Amino acid sequence: MRRFLAARSTGFSLRGRLVWQFVALSLVLVVALFFAVRLAAERASRASQDAVLGAAVIAVADAIRPVDDGLAFDLPYAAFSMLGAMGNERIFYSLSIGPRHVSGYEDLPPPPVPAEALSPVFYSADYGVNRLRLASVTRRVLLEDSLREVTVVLGQTRYGQALIARDTARIAAWVGMGFLLLAVPMALLAARAVIGPVDLLAEAVTRRGPQDLRPVRHPAPRELLPLVGALNGFIARLRGALQMAETFIFEAAHRIRTPLSLVRTEAEIALAETSDEATRIRLRRMLRAIGESSRSASQILDHATVLYRSEQFEPEPVDLAALAAGVLRALEPVAEMREIAFVASGLDQPVRVQGDGRMLEVALRNILDNALKYSHDEGRIFVALRRQDGRTELTVEDEGRGLSPDDGDLSGRFRRGSNVGEIVGSGLGLTIIEEAATAHGGSFSLKPRAEKGACAILSLPSSPSPSA
Amino acid sequence: MRDLVLAIVTLALGLIAPAGAFEIEEERIFGAPQGRELSIISTTDVPAIAPVMEAFVRHRPEARIRYMQAASTEVFRAIHDEQAEIDLVMSSAMDLQMRLANDGFAAPISPEIDGLPDWARWRDQLFGVALEPVLTLASRRGLGDLAPPRTRRDLIAMLREHPDRFDGRVATYDPQSSGVGYFLISQDSSQSDSFWRLAEVMGRLNTRLYCCSGEMINDLRSGRITIAYNVVASYAARYAPDDPDLIRLALEDYTFAIQRSALVPVNAPDPEYATEMLSFLLTPEAQAIMAESSGVALIPGTGPAASVHLRPVRLDAGLLVYGDQLRRGNLLAEWTAAMVQP
Repeated sequence: MRRFLAARSTGFSLRGRLVWQFVALSLVLVVALFFAVRLAAERASRASQDAVLGAAVIAVADAIRPVDDGLAFDLPYAAFSMLGAMGNERIFYSLSIGPRHVSGYEDLPPPPVPAEALSPVFYSADYGVNRLRLASVTRRVLLEDSLREVTVVLGQTRYGQALIARDTARIAAWVGMGFLLLAVPMALLAARAVIGPVDLLAEAVTRRGPQDLRPVRHPAPRELLPLVGALNGFIARLRGALQMAETFIFEAAHRIRTPLSLVRTEAEIALAETSDEATRIRLRRMLRAIGESSRSASQILDHATVLYRSEQFEPEPVDLAALAAGVLRALEPVAEMREIAFVASGLDQPVRVQGDGRMLEVALRNILDNALKYSHDEGRIFVALRRQDGRTELTVEDEGRGLSPDDGDLSGRFRRGSNVGEIVGSGLGLTIIEEAATAHGGSFSLKPRAEKGACAILSLPSSPSPSA
Repeated sequence: MRDLVLAIVTLALGLIAPAGAFEIEEERIFGAPQGRELSIISTTDVPAIAPVMEAFVRHRPEARIRYMQAASTEVFRAIHDEQAEIDLVMSSAMDLQMRLANDGFAAPISPEIDGLPDWARWRDQLFGVALEPVLTLASRRGLGDLAPPRTRRDLIAMLREHPDRFDGRVATYDPQSSGVGYFLISQDSSQSDSFWRLAEVMGRLNTRLYCCSGEMINDLRSGRITIAYNVVASYAARYAPDDPDLIRLALEDYTFAIQRSALVPVNAPDPEYATEMLSFLLTPEAQAIMAESSGVALIPGTGPAASVHLRPVRLDAGLLVYGDQLRRGNLLAEWTAAMVQP
């Protein structure tokens, strides 16, 4: 559900719309197919039946011949047999000389235009309850010394033809229905193919880490390029804004720190020079507040550094042992002041990891600073560096007050444990360590120790180089 | 010739004009007196059909069949002109049956027709129920020492060579008065040219013309005639079941077999029952009974197989041409010219 978190639905689904449009289009095509096939079948069967009817009427007309005393008419068996074979039709014919009916069925509808001798006239008409398709030819025959017009009309019902057209169209409709049934899964498939890249893109964007503001370079189909472009433009603006904010914070912290150290020096001098007890108390409070502020400023600077460097992360081989030893040396004076002893192990030989030296140094300093801060005076801090299961682990254990069990995740910015008491802290330390670890593909955990104190573990993936 | 055409027209008008109810020659009831009635009109006479009808009512005790026998033209008139309410129409006049179907008097039905050949049905309206070969009958005594002819050519030669022996002793249907006779000569004339030579020879021998098979066969058996050309086989079987004197000749150049066909009229009171009867007529049981008198089975396997010379007439729309007045007039004129010689 996370990916739809900020999206407002417009009430329709692209996939659904695609499927329905596809199915609706198929339906329209099926209906069109039905009518087109029906029309074509009707025309084709009508044309072929007309051809047979025309041939038959000519054969019938050819059977007319004048004899000495009238008209001989040998109605051809084959013509009728052929007509009868053309489906389920009834056959009607008539022969007339001029207007006088001579043979066959009476009252057959006459042709609308006078028929010719060679090419039959086709027409449709009602005869009784039947709708007939008729063909007619006229022959001129010499009868009793005068030329008379003999008209032959041959008609048939076309129920079979209509049936054939209907059957053909029905078959087409069934094929169409089959296609329609097939269209639903096909449409689903097509919709998936179309929507697929969108899903993939969404997933690629969703998978990114919270700090990842690189432009989206995921391959996308042409149609999605504007969207990706817009997204990248948006990311670029966001990144610019963030960078500006970070630069501003960095600058602000930097600018605050310098005057703070000036104020601190002045306060320390004032403390050394005054003998008025009330003033001294006040000055000590001031110094304390100044320490807190400058510490916060440093940490904000550290945080900004980590953020900046994790964005432009370019790992190189770093000797974590030397780095840790350096940080320990730097913190040695503060530890000595409180008579805290560092017990280090595994720092005597180089332990290489792929990473950003500056970032790792900031992280280590914060871990050790934290341990130092929460240690009791005259306590011990154990620092151990070791390789384990392809990972490099730096463990820092103190004997301080440890953690309250219900503090949960302390790595959020400006979050602090519930038992910190009067100890000065900004709540950024753990965030810095966490972010540095994540940038290196590693992890950081802070757990209470069994008896007292806390155990901080920074775990980084080991460098694949065999130097260790 | 004019007179003849006139006579035909008058005859045709006489048939078409509403001359009251159609004529029934015989009527018989089969089965229960108060049963589900099935009315049949048919050209097949009662003694020939009785075993089939009795078999039907044996299977269906509730059936009551009113069987009416009539001439083929009367059967046609009953349905075509009078629209009589009859369930099943059976007739051997194939052209008239086809005319009924074409003019829309036959209902589409779907009886069980296992094994019925394609040529024995017309769509789903007209169904052949029996084959009736058309034979030439000869009297053994009348022929004497002459060998029975095997083809029409033999027959023509025999008649030509012995005019004294056959003068006035050849018989056939009168196509003017007999529907079957007309149908048969039109089939003959379209089948072979030798028919007209035969007609001429028969005309020279003063051939006697009969209206009906029965009389012809009776005259043959009593010795008044020697050759009867074109006789429906089932009649011969019925009138002379085992007369040793009678020779049944299936001429080898061709022997027609007409079909007795059945249809259910569109206004039949009980078309379902009629369809059931038609299905029964096409069962092996009924087919076997009918094949016994005709000598050949319509559905292969239900009786004697057809000989290679047999030419069944198909149920086909082409049959419609035989009803044409002009065609009929021309053919009969030609026939008369052959028969009546100066």
